[in-house]
Amino acid sequence: MNITEKILAKAVGKKAVHPDEIVDANVDMVMTHDLTGPLAVEAFNKIGVQKVWDNNKIVVILDHQVPAESIKAAELHKTMRRFAKDQTLTFYDVGRGGVCHQVMPEKGHVIPGAVIVGSDSHTCTYGAFGSFATGIGSTEAAAVMATGKIWFKVPPTIKLDIKGKFKKHVYPKDLILNIIGTLGVDGAIYRATEFSGPTIKAMSIAGRMTLCNMAVEMGAKNGIIAPDETTTEFLAGRVKKMPNLNQLQSDPDAQYERIVDFDVSKLEPQIACPSSVDNVKPISEIGNIPIDQAFIGSCTNGRLEDLQMAAKVMKGKKVKAGVRALIIPASQEVWSQANQEGLLQIFTDAGAIVCGSACGPCLGGHIGLLAAGETCVASSNRNFIGRMGSTQANVYLASPATVAASAIAGRIISPLEVKA
Amino acid sequence: MESKIKANAIVFGNNIDSDVILPGKYLVLVDPYELGKHALESLDTDFVNKAKDGVVLIGGKNFGCGSSREQAPLALKYAGVKCVIAESFARIFYRNSINIGLPVIECKNISSVVKTGDTITIDLETGKIQNQTNKQTLQGTMLPSFIMEILSDGGLIENLHKRMNKK
Repeated sequence: MNITEKILAKAVGKKAVHPDEIVDANVDMVMTHDLTGPLAVEAFNKIGVQKVWDNNKIVVILDHQVPAESIKAAELHKTMRRFAKDQTLTFYDVGRGGVCHQVMPEKGHVIPGAVIVGSDSHTCTYGAFGSFATGIGSTEAAAVMATGKIWFKVPPTIKLDIKGKFKKHVYPKDLILNIIGTLGVDGAIYRATEFSGPTIKAMSIAGRMTLCNMAVEMGAKNGIIAPDETTTEFLAGRVKKMPNLNQLQSDPDAQYERIVDFDVSKLEPQIACPSSVDNVKPISEIGNIPIDQAFIGSCTNGRLEDLQMAAKVMKGKKVKAGVRALIIPASQEVWSQANQEGLLQIFTDAGAIVCGSACGPCLGGHIGLLAAGETCVASSNRNFIGRMGSTQANVYLASPATVAASAIAGRIISPLEVKA
Repeated sequence: MESKIKANAIVFGNNIDSDVILPGKYLVLVDPYELGKHALESLDTDFVNKAKDGVVLIGGKNFGCGSSREQAPLALKYAGVKCVIAESFARIFYRNSINIGLPVIECKNISSVVKTGDTITIDLETGKIQNQTNKQTLQGTMLPSFIMEILSDGGLIENLHKRMNKK
């Protein structure tokens, strides 16, 4: 079996499971947030049970409309705060956590081999730690909170075998954009995607999270990477107990629906152009795209490593007049580390605005929205029509280094073009 | 919920994402009828008017891709959508629709045999889809019996309520 099948088999108490089999799995962890949580609470209250199935396995994080930007959002926060208190759940309030998918592993709620569901599509991020993690809706989250179980159709797996060493200023974000551009936004629909190969083995946790995070952008049920010493190094001191990683490796005779090979050694920075994540071009073919806004942050690319590479590009430079640059560290922990390393000062000196840890403009619900006719280059994950504000605005997706370089130039450019 | 549906079709293309079905700025709304007022407005400002008396939505590939927001199928349901038929669905949208009692059927080639305004009849029990306007019949993917039960109960919560109180 491959890793996804092994985790699902264990979760249903069987020796083996096979693609397309429908199984009722035990869930190890549920996550919900301020925008999908209130609907889940409403649904939970209708089921007719008083208490959640296990209060140690449910985490509530406020991150989308944070801090509350309207009375409506404040009411949603109040609902989640009260539910977490009444049910004695682990709760990260405003200023205590940050973007849910960063907070979950940071705070030790993600364990290799676990089945994790969250009422957010980017829950698949946790596959970077060798867990089976996938997004669900609010009603289903309520059902899991009541029963601890969920049905799955065991997905066939696509293996993405990655080799080669990245060139300067080419990053895991460029790789995942290239993969999505190659497979298409429905290229892995209903499938598991397993990232493997020497490039993955050498990749940091931050980079692995970026890959698994965007698996959903090609329709995948989950993205997953075999846990190794990089995983344990990150999780040490964060998780209570580390499982045996030997049981979480795909067997040599594991079955895959298909295997797709990628070589990153010649890859250049990639851009996903409006208004589909698979509309991907190498930066050399992008032409002249002036920008109004640059955004570095989100569950895709708001980690310390991302801010370090952006700061390297922006140090001693100024954001082009007429362009606003938004920097949003993904969590309080990342914010604090970036502050200690002096990165936030570099951004501020450059004329960027550093905001508090939250989802920010990524989903167009809160700060940093776009007006009609404006263009934004962002390190986030979606460029759909109207995603970051006006339906007449354009969003281009890129690595944090490319976004930083573009903020300086006032148009989309490669970080290689920025002179030291 | 009725297992037989009859309504006029509105056809959309491939990869209709949950942000265009319901933009993020409306996720603070809690009343489903309020959500319904904004369904698909990014693609068609008059959609809500067209859908109010009941429609069948036809999509291409990967319908509902993107965000996990259940408010997307809720908005469609409360705007008047009786069923969504698409060549394929994004999995979270698919599950969400079933869980809130909005029927969804996968049917290959559906977008090539249905035009906006055609009258469609659907039998959810058999998966049979008929275009009354051009007299074509298509077979949609049959839903497993436990999913049919969730739909006929009106959604997952109603289904769970029934099952848990049986114990």
